[in-house]
Amino acid sequence: MRRFFDSDLWYSFSRNPVTIVSAIVAILLVAGAVLAPVVAPHNPFDLASLNLMDAFKPPAWTADGDREYPLGTDDQGRDLFSAILYGARISLLVGAAAVLFSTSLGVVVGLAAGYFGGFVDSALMRIADIQLTFPSILVALLVDGVVRAALPREVHDQIALYVVIFAIGISNWPQFARTVRGSTLVERNKEYVQAARVIGISSPRIIFSHVLPNVTGPVLVIATLNLGFAVLAEATLSFLGVGVPPTQPSLGTLIRIGNDFLFSGEWWITIFPGAALVLLVLSVNLLGDWLRDALNPRLR
Amino acid sequence: MFSFVVSRVLQAIPVMLVVAFISFAMFAYVGDPVSIMLGQDFTEAQRTALVHNLGLDRSFLVQFLTFVGNALQGEFGLSYRLGRPVAELIAERAPATLELAFCAAFIAIAIGVPMGVYTGLYRNSWLSRFFLTFSLIGVSLPTFLIGILLILVFAVNLGWLPSFGRGDVVSLGWWSTGFATATGWKALVLPAVTLGLFQLTLIMRLVRAEMLEVLRTDYIKFARARGLSNRAINFGHALKNTLVPVITVAGLQLGAIIAFAIVTETVFQWPGMGLLFIQSVGSADIPVMAAYLMLISAIFVTINLVVDLLYYAVDPRLRVGRRGH
Repeated sequence: MRRFFDSDLWYSFSRNPVTIVSAIVAILLVAGAVLAPVVAPHNPFDLASLNLMDAFKPPAWTADGDREYPLGTDDQGRDLFSAILYGARISLLVGAAAVLFSTSLGVVVGLAAGYFGGFVDSALMRIADIQLTFPSILVALLVDGVVRAALPREVHDQIALYVVIFAIGISNWPQFARTVRGSTLVERNKEYVQAARVIGISSPRIIFSHVLPNVTGPVLVIATLNLGFAVLAEATLSFLGVGVPPTQPSLGTLIRIGNDFLFSGEWWITIFPGAALVLLVLSVNLLGDWLRDALNPRLR
Repeated sequence: MFSFVVSRVLQAIPVMLVVAFISFAMFAYVGDPVSIMLGQDFTEAQRTALVHNLGLDRSFLVQFLTFVGNALQGEFGLSYRLGRPVAELIAERAPATLELAFCAAFIAIAIGVPMGVYTGLYRNSWLSRFFLTFSLIGVSLPTFLIGILLILVFAVNLGWLPSFGRGDVVSLGWWSTGFATATGWKALVLPAVTLGLFQLTLIMRLVRAEMLEVLRTDYIKFARARGLSNRAINFGHALKNTLVPVITVAGLQLGAIIAFAIVTETVFQWPGMGLLFIQSVGSADIPVMAAYLMLISAIFVTINLVVDLLYYAVDPRLRVGRRGH
């Protein structure tokens, strides 16, 4: 602990008010999302507690508001505040899982390409280049569309969450692969790797226990920045109606539901989930930017 | 120059073949077109006849080559959902998307470049700070949320602009344009701003960063020492040299604009290719998805090719570098 507070990282963190604010916002949102079943005043998925009489209640501070529902209710009488907490939970879950997936895939591909070189390298990087020509949201949409067409509806509904995670994850691995390949190319020619090779350690073991620990720095930064992207991609897919199943609404689904009531004056059903999404993504992105600058030795 | 063009074109061909292969695989193995087209009642003879007519009993390679041949002629079969030729559906929707994408790109460049130059030249003015904060928000707001906010303010609360559709369109042959009527222009404003905003902030940040970089260089100092006017230095010398990366990014962003048009078209119910695509994804309409994938890839590959060639034309260092090989 003492070492942590003495570190350069903590110093640059404590000197940066924007970073501190975004860290606080991010921690509050993540804690609210993770602890949603405990902190949320209502359970929006408990059908028994829903009352259609409570539908379309405006936020508590307006004339018709109800103190029971601080941010108002949606078309089915669900408490919007609780729905946002549960929605952020789904959004973060999908986002984090997708980032984990693209990180693992990208790191393995990057290590293999950088370490083995030659044909493996050019084949893998060629695939990455081709995929990078297409915007990742398009790749995610296509993957989701193909899986949707390939599987019968009932099966698809059950695994929809995993499909979204896979679609977003697969759309974003080339970035990781390229970065890891670059650092692996440098590490490969260093003496410790050559020494390991001379004493006859197998390639997979050299790659994972010797090279891998030395290339993780930049991966951490890209992963943080990608979390914001993945959360946005999930929200976009769900907004388009091809993301998470409606039984597990994420922030994007909530915004889509609210969009239908924009014209009848119930603005809060869209605006509050939207604000939560923007706060989440903005704070994560600002933290990522800070981490990138703080870990970059050239900027010190 | 010639060998450079040829090598770039040769590199584009395998990419298109891979995409064609993916589209074909979707076509051939996802879902069962025979049972979709036959419906409920059929005899085994009808089934065999249809399989033969569709060419599904031929070898994989022959089927793939037929698919590529048909695709080159713009023939993608019938939509499962609407029962009409896919090529016809896409040709009908293309003008709407292209007009929207063009206007969005115009807004992004026409506003983004001057804002970038201004924030690069006057780094500490309050207007620059305002622009930078604005761009940070622009980057963090997802496209669909920008659209929803614009609808809420300008369509619902103020009632100035329509929130969906293209307004009245005029047909010029097979091209239907919204540029000829007042309602068409009004309907275009909100979607074009929504689609262009993200690219605008991106271009602004890029131009700013490049300007700051270039203004530090020796030849700018030398130009000042020669007593050139600020105007000549800023625009004649500095801006000109920032344009190489700007052209690249703007070109590549044109592809992103077409991709994000899917989102914008959904928000505004804009009758373009993106809306067609998202409806096809929802109902697993493979022929439309495959055709859209091929079309989009062709557009992307062309854009990349043009950007590469422009790079070559704009940056003399590339030419020298190649001769040295």
